[in-house]
Amino acid sequence: MELTESEIQRYSRHIILQDVGGKGQLKLKRAKVLLIGAGGLGSPAGLYLAAAGIGTIGLVDGDVVDLSNLQRQIMHSTATLGKPKVESGKKTLSAINPEITINAYHQLVDAENILPLVSQYDIVLDGSDNFTTRFLVNDACFFAKKTLISASMFRFEGQLTTIKPHAGYPCYRCLYPEPPPAGLVPNCQEAGVLGVLAGTMGILQASEAIKEILGTGETIADKLLIYDALDMKFRKVGRPKDPACPLCGSNPKIKDLSMDYTVSCTI
Amino acid sequence: MIKVRIPTPLRPLTKNQGEVDVTAGSIADLVNTLEASYPGIKARLCDDSGELRRFVNIYVNEEDIRFLKGKDTALKSGDEVSIVPAIAGG
Repeated sequence: MELTESEIQRYSRHIILQDVGGKGQLKLKRAKVLLIGAGGLGSPAGLYLAAAGIGTIGLVDGDVVDLSNLQRQIMHSTATLGKPKVESGKKTLSAINPEITINAYHQLVDAENILPLVSQYDIVLDGSDNFTTRFLVNDACFFAKKTLISASMFRFEGQLTTIKPHAGYPCYRCLYPEPPPAGLVPNCQEAGVLGVLAGTMGILQASEAIKEILGTGETIADKLLIYDALDMKFRKVGRPKDPACPLCGSNPKIKDLSMDYTVSCTI
Repeated sequence: MIKVRIPTPLRPLTKNQGEVDVTAGSIADLVNTLEASYPGIKARLCDDSGELRRFVNIYVNEEDIRFLKGKDTALKSGDEVSIVPAIAGG
């Protein structure tokens, strides 16, 4: 695989960077990144990953574009209202960069379909909107040994970390052992979210994904980044590996995806 | 004095303050002190048996208390405590 003349021109501002270069750009071209959720986080991440020349981008989402999405889900537009988000997203990303492959999966991820899907990609970005999916994605990426870049948001606050237990780092369950039970944590629909926060967090995910592919810079896999948009504060806290983790600990209880992942996070 | 960082979901209980100052010698002490000033906050942090909930992390400075001494983790003046709940919005 090589870069074409038009690709060399398109990615010239990358290629002149010492940490990218022609070799790095080829790594991006060869890379396959799966976005779980084509919504608030998946939109900005998808736009920049497509522009950056990630050779294959997968979009998985079971929803259709709703008017209330457009305040933050910038891959979609008024013109694609009612269309599957993955089709709307594919159209937008292809328009930005026709040189790359976009795979659209109009489905919800579940314990049956997630492993075959994740296995086809190198890196997974979690931009889902519920705890059921987040725990399922974490467990699937653990079994498939795929690096997971996880971001989430609530009102004016976002969290970000990279999850790669296959490289000795903690998993999502090391950070949060259990999802909240029904009723304790309201979801975005009920709580609201600052639209532009989705941009900040999704782009940070894209940035970490690109660094993982290039193998450059510092990882955030041993930290949790917390961004408070109101206070304009970025803080990092430690994120150690839990030796008693039920998934990646020394005596794991979770050995496959057969557990009941269903939790409701609605009030 | 210990500075406690209150996450967005709990701010309705602290009159929308993102940071509150308390005096406490341990995390358990801090939770009770917060409850006295902001009733209802303890139930958000601890389950019915009084144990810290497993989807809410508490950090002293940058360290997760689950990897220190849990609720018995000692606090000293000048420490910064952060309450960080799992959030799932995407």
